[in-house]
Amino acid sequence: MTPIDFSTVLPEITLALVAMAALLGVVYTGKDALASSLNWGMAGVFVILAFWIGIGTSGERVAFDGLFNDDPFARFAKVTILLSAAAVLAISHDYMVKRGLMRFEYPILIALSVLGMMFMVSAGDLIALYMGLELQSLALYVVASLRRDSVKSSEAGLKYFVLGSLSSGILLYGAALTYGYAGTTEFAGILSTLGQGDVPLGLIFGLVFLITGLAFKVSAVPFHMWTPDVYEGSPTPVTAFFATAPKVAAMALLARLMYDAFGAIPGQWGQVIAVLSILSMFVGAIAAIGQRDIKRLMAYSSISHMGFAMIGLASGTVFGVQAMLIYVVIYVSMNIGTFAFILSMERDGVPVTTIDGLNMLSKKAPLQALAMLVLLFSLAGVPPMLGFFGKFYVLQAAVNADMTWLAVSGAVASVIGAFYYLRVVYFMYFGNEGDGIDAQIGRVQWIALMGSAAVMVFGVVNLFGVEGVAQIAAEALVR
Amino acid sequence: MVGLEHYLAVAAALFVVGIFGIFLNRKNVIVILMSIELMLLSVNINLVAFSSFHGDLVGQIFTMFVLTVAAAEAAIGLAILVTFFRSRGSIDVEDVNVMKG
Repeated sequence: MTPIDFSTVLPEITLALVAMAALLGVVYTGKDALASSLNWGMAGVFVILAFWIGIGTSGERVAFDGLFNDDPFARFAKVTILLSAAAVLAISHDYMVKRGLMRFEYPILIALSVLGMMFMVSAGDLIALYMGLELQSLALYVVASLRRDSVKSSEAGLKYFVLGSLSSGILLYGAALTYGYAGTTEFAGILSTLGQGDVPLGLIFGLVFLITGLAFKVSAVPFHMWTPDVYEGSPTPVTAFFATAPKVAAMALLARLMYDAFGAIPGQWGQVIAVLSILSMFVGAIAAIGQRDIKRLMAYSSISHMGFAMIGLASGTVFGVQAMLIYVVIYVSMNIGTFAFILSMERDGVPVTTIDGLNMLSKKAPLQALAMLVLLFSLAGVPPMLGFFGKFYVLQAAVNADMTWLAVSGAVASVIGAFYYLRVVYFMYFGNEGDGIDAQIGRVQWIALMGSAAVMVFGVVNLFGVEGVAQIAAEALVR
Repeated sequence: MVGLEHYLAVAAALFVVGIFGIFLNRKNVIVILMSIELMLLSVNINLVAFSSFHGDLVGQIFTMFVLTVAAAEAAIGLAILVTFFRSRGSIDVEDVNVMKG
């Protein structure tokens, strides 16, 4: 343990100390009365850390004998995670206060799960991977059941806990097999064992179990069954969080594990990821058609989007990883805006989540309806919006890697998926006159909604430079 | 002579029992928590067996971490179960059905 090691993990240590100090400080003083300011404070800490990590550091560093990697790939994922978590805390504030859910545990648990995600994306060893994943998951199980007096919320927490623990167990079994047959838990060691040719069957089993465990976390079909229920039952701000930061972290972790540890046998995992990706895109698109609840709809939408992101990973090239990173960034920025709107949906002070509630929104709130139109078009991947370019990049990556069949199924799935997004647009613009939602929205939610919609329109100019940064990140990972 | 494969066979059997315990169990959620614990402990047998086979301590260190996390996981699982019981009045698996997935 040298000072170099500590300076490498300084942002993580800072976040851990902030979270623990906040927990102690708030418990001994104002408790829930301070929850509001803690919420904003924590969002501010996330933004500061994002700038610190994004601008303050450069190059590649390895700490604690390879347990922890600080490279452009990890930094890209961390900045995305921190900024999306800060945005979620900001848009959830009004909702939480209105529903009496503004407990001081909420920002602290979010901070701890973000800390877990930061360790996940930097993991260079199976032990570090497991500890990061568990820190993230354990905090998320608790926030899912944050609304203690609601059957739905505690049921969501229970389901998430049982299936999440099952997936951790499967992942751990894979880690044990990998350790046994490679003789080491370090990613670099596993890579060099595989590089000697002659891959032991036990390692392939370990690889499959590890992918299965992580597929649960990114909610890839056929391991998606928890997603709709957990999204529907959790309080809406928590659903917004589930749909953004953890998805980025799990995708980044999957990419890191595949390239850093199993990069010598891309043919073995490429097929598995491609199958998961096709199943996710199609099941996500088809199952969403029957949904009447917008949170369930967003759950299937996230399943489908993760399928698209996995196309980039399956193609196994630098451009594929770059496309995957661009895709998740665009996906997160669309979701922030969409959830800002979902959080504002209410009638007579009661939250509404059915899509019938959007009937004729365009009459009551033309600007909000227009912003939602842009976001839904972008989610569907309709051309001039940014969402189209995300899909374009991953499909192009698949074509470049001679996986035209994967690109074609992606295009077909996005056409099927467009149906349910456009149906929501139909309700907003041509629906029946009826009991719609009260078209009112908090200031922060309005800013997030309009900002996200504006990004979807103006981002097409140069993607705000994300493309170049994602390329540097992808080159650091794929060697 | 008891070799590595015997340990691995026992661990695999316990792991499968754990998975089936989660999916086939029709009684109550406590049994699911026990099954999860069984899965994690079977992995520990695996890790310790490999560790002794390779003469490498990392596996046993991993086991210590897994034990710690398993304890935290059980605590959180029971806490969520208590809130579920308070609002639903039951911990039967059949009653975890407000939302149809």
